[in-house]
Amino acid sequence: MARIGVFVCHCGENISATVDCEKVAAVAAEFPGVVYSVDYKYMCSDPGQTLVKEAIIKHRLDGVVVSACSPRMHEPTFRRATEEAGLNPYLCEMANIREHCSWVHEKGDAATGKAIDTIRTLVEKVKRNTPLQPIRVPITKTALVIGGGVAGIQAALDIANAGHKVIMVERDPSIGGHMSQLSETFPTLDCSQCILTPRMVEVAQNKNIKLYSYAEVESVDGFIGNFKVKIRKKAKSIDESLCTGCGECTTKCPMKKIPSEFEQFLGKRPAIYIPFPQAVPNKPVIDKERCTYYLKGKCKICEKVCPTKAIRFDQEDEFIDVEVGAIVVATGIDIKGTDFFPEYGYGKYKDVITGLQFERLASASGPTGGEIRRPSDGTIPKKIVFVKCAGSRDPAKGIEYCSKICCMYTAKHTMLYKHKVHDGTAYVFYMDIRAGGKNYEEFVRRAISEDGAQYIRGRVSKIYEKNGKLMVYGADTLLSARAVEIEADMVVLATASVASSGAEELAQRLHTSYDQYNFFSEAHPKLKPIETNTGGIFLAGACQFPKDIPESVMMASGAAGKVACLFANDELTREPIVAEVNRKGAPYYSTCVSCFMCIPVCPYQAIDREQIKDRNGNLIKELARVNPGLCQGCGTCVALCRSKSIELHGFSNSQMMAEIIAVLN
Amino acid sequence: MSGHLYKENSLAGLIHHEHKISVAKCYQCGKCSAGCPVNTEMDFPPSMVLRMLQTEDPELEEKLLHAFSIWMCVTCEMCYGRCPMEIDIPKIMDFLRQKSLEQGKVNPKAKRIVKFHKAFLDSVKHTGRVSELGIIADYKMRSFAFTQDVMLAPKMIRRGKLHLIPEMIKDRSMVKKLFKKTINKKENPL
Amino acid sequence: MRIGLYPGCSLTGSSREYKESVVVVAKALGIILEEVPDWNCCGATAAHNLNHELALALPTRILALAEQAGFDKLVIPCAACYSRLTITQDELNNNPELKAKIIAHLGMDFKGTMVIQNAIQFIQDDILPILPAKITKPFDYKVACYYGCLLVRPHGILKFDRPEDPQTMDAVISAIGGTPIEWAFKNECCGAAMSIARTDVVGKLSGNIVKDAVDRGAEAIIVACPMCHSNLDMRRPNINKAMGEKFEQPVIYITQAIGLAIGLSPKELGLQRHFVAVNLPEKKVVETIMEEK
Repeated sequence: MARIGVFVCHCGENISATVDCEKVAAVAAEFPGVVYSVDYKYMCSDPGQTLVKEAIIKHRLDGVVVSACSPRMHEPTFRRATEEAGLNPYLCEMANIREHCSWVHEKGDAATGKAIDTIRTLVEKVKRNTPLQPIRVPITKTALVIGGGVAGIQAALDIANAGHKVIMVERDPSIGGHMSQLSETFPTLDCSQCILTPRMVEVAQNKNIKLYSYAEVESVDGFIGNFKVKIRKKAKSIDESLCTGCGECTTKCPMKKIPSEFEQFLGKRPAIYIPFPQAVPNKPVIDKERCTYYLKGKCKICEKVCPTKAIRFDQEDEFIDVEVGAIVVATGIDIKGTDFFPEYGYGKYKDVITGLQFERLASASGPTGGEIRRPSDGTIPKKIVFVKCAGSRDPAKGIEYCSKICCMYTAKHTMLYKHKVHDGTAYVFYMDIRAGGKNYEEFVRRAISEDGAQYIRGRVSKIYEKNGKLMVYGADTLLSARAVEIEADMVVLATASVASSGAEELAQRLHTSYDQYNFFSEAHPKLKPIETNTGGIFLAGACQFPKDIPESVMMASGAAGKVACLFANDELTREPIVAEVNRKGAPYYSTCVSCFMCIPVCPYQAIDREQIKDRNGNLIKELARVNPGLCQGCGTCVALCRSKSIELHGFSNSQMMAEIIAVLN
Repeated sequence: MSGHLYKENSLAGLIHHEHKISVAKCYQCGKCSAGCPVNTEMDFPPSMVLRMLQTEDPELEEKLLHAFSIWMCVTCEMCYGRCPMEIDIPKIMDFLRQKSLEQGKVNPKAKRIVKFHKAFLDSVKHTGRVSELGIIADYKMRSFAFTQDVMLAPKMIRRGKLHLIPEMIKDRSMVKKLFKKTINKKENPL
Repeated sequence: MRIGLYPGCSLTGSSREYKESVVVVAKALGIILEEVPDWNCCGATAAHNLNHELALALPTRILALAEQAGFDKLVIPCAACYSRLTITQDELNNNPELKAKIIAHLGMDFKGTMVIQNAIQFIQDDILPILPAKITKPFDYKVACYYGCLLVRPHGILKFDRPEDPQTMDAVISAIGGTPIEWAFKNECCGAAMSIARTDVVGKLSGNIVKDAVDRGAEAIIVACPMCHSNLDMRRPNINKAMGEKFEQPVIYITQAIGLAIGLSPKELGLQRHFVAVNLPEKKVVETIMEEK
């Protein structure tokens, strides 16, 4: 026989101004199974909670219904109180007579009646509640950081300095990402590599960080606290333990004219190469698609000149299995190329370049030694036109969003150009100037008022090349949209920032959400920008959406904080509101018919197949099993199961039916 | 979707209602004006026209209907081809032209252009096709541009390019009827 | 396959050599073209500038006649007519109310299902496949292919080629042995219908086009639109005046170029009707093994 206690809260005036709480408590006292019913002004207060606890003990209650606000407010409060009184907390439910009743109706019998009905329904449910225990999941205190740009580096260092192990996977031969390609950063005009390389070295030397460069994440299984990751170490064709990074091989390689990815194709590299002098690790890799040996079986000069005999042509990709408890995604962005623009030449014109290419020209370690020179003939341009919003904010081109960083880096480019070419003129065609950061607006004003950048508000309709000059056709919308034609020596397009190549595939491997632009999806755009909807996977940097360096660093530290929080416990405690496939004795073992239709519908990959074996190890049958560590209690499998073999703890079929019948009566 | 985005009787509102074009989408980037081949001949380049429509200001709407731009526009569709918001500017120009004509607000500088179009349509109305000689004669009568292209006519005749006798289609009455039901409707006196 | 032909007013008047070349080339290649019976003017620029419904009604009559005649497709060599008919059909098919209204005006049945092709699509479909064997005098010249506005815009409706730096005409020229140059004014406007009312504007716009082509080494400009031809050819004196330079390079229709390549005579192709004399230097004649007739 049930012994349910009902506690009706006035919530000050919030409930009692509309609902007759005393009457409600009196009526509830007559419900079958209710042995105690009381009303009180503030149930969640200390005296209120004491009231509940004492009632549980005095009246030997085996179920509690607190009729008050939304469970999202105070369910944890009352469950804690219930537990302190010695009763399993999951035998306590809340009936929402505030948000669902007093706050949305007028005072009167109808509102009071609805409150009574609500409580009656919950009483019927609680009679069928079962005591549940929180699920405990062990945590592997190692983090995986995917991506070695500034965000990945920051996250890795923070997690490592918190005392946890970090595995970093970077797909390029060196870490550093796009920040290592920049010349100077806004708004301070710090030399980018100068501030980044010490961090890169720290990553390499930190005892808690294991760096796999020229590697990719091959597959991810498991769940928060318990991920099983397979890493593919691409074959560098070098024995890293022997290689000293002397670089002899790179100077002697005869294939010298390969367009360098690091130099954004403005410079060349050999087939065996270190991407840039400050690379970490400072060891070469062989580009198998361009190396004469791999293509034709000849050469091998690098092997001959290597003083430590470190070249290994027969090296294969290696697979490494690791176990981690949390994953930080820091894969960053790519920049659209000039070939994306039909009206600007489809990438045909050598002197129409992207912002990132301009960074390489401006960079002291770049292909022109830091001198701004035209890629076509090496002369110094006297007139440069910068085109902002090239591809961004452009529904016709399929990119509706703003790429965030271009306004700032274009202003920076005009300044770098002016500092290097004193008699040059920089024109900027813009729609808006977005400089919403600390010292950002002042920075842009400096470019205009001190360094003479000519800002013209209007977009460029067409660019073509004639006699070595670039004809740029724009308009000045602030001067009645009059036509503006400029004969430029060089054009820099501030092209759109897009998700890094391979982002979609990686997101699918991680079983985490991404949007139509392949940016990784955060759990909540305002309040949870770092977590994802997949437990244990966090986002850092521009892979979530284009952002600048300070924001990337901030987010990375935030992600590291989330990881450290997760690792602060030895076990993960999870709500036991999870689904379970029933189990019975032999010979059926379950009513599950092994159709496994539940497996593909589970949004969290929480269901797998359990093999039921006899004592000799022979397989009897396979049954569906829900992993309580991954299950989020959505109930999809419960609804789908054709043999009704799955129940959701805390929301079982019998509980739900009881509620429905109670409402209809 | 945008039930009350525009005033009912503003030009922008009518454009939205009749042609489902929403001028609010224009963010004044100026790419249309930048690519317009006759920008320098216009009083209001295309992006200005859009801005004036966006304000729904009756004074500016009057200016638009009286503008030269709408007749100088060569309907090359370059603006539409480059507009990032894919706004059908040529349709807007057609709309403004028709309104300007209906309300008798054609810019004096555009009279020759309009006369040419009218001469063209007159030929179509009467023969079903365009007779170049007819048009030119009609146009010269309307515009008093008697001496223009006078040297061209003999050259064209020599090359067989000028019909001295207009070609007529059989079903001319159908064509006349079409004119009557559309451009020559009583409400739109031409 | 029954192929309909809508020549339009220009092709029977001031640009009659375009139609002549289309007809004579088709005949030489064994392609039968049937003219739409009793076709009317499509209204061109004048109609859509002055009245929306008239601009829809005139092309609809033509399309209805073509449907009635039972053509499988309708070839329209004039780019402006091609533009008007395609846009009309698209607009009416997307607006049932308007479609019903226009049909009521016409008193004719109109389904809106006709396949409409411009000159280049017709060449791609029906001429290119059988061309290689027929070439006797490769059109071995460096030429600028000029597409103009209405062949490639609005791309969303026409869905033909690519609106910037189009390539289809260039491919045809390559197929007949020519060298199409890369140049910057392929799709810029020639001045269109301003030919009479604002000839000065045509002089400037068409002048820019001719100048860029010639500066980049074009021996001739190839077109597929009678308006473009007229502005670049008949208005050459205005162009020369606006540019302050005398340009001798001729303007040739794509079908005339094909005709020359398959051995038809300049007279058959109407080259003598041009204002700028077509004096292209003679090239070597290729000996092909012709099948015995």
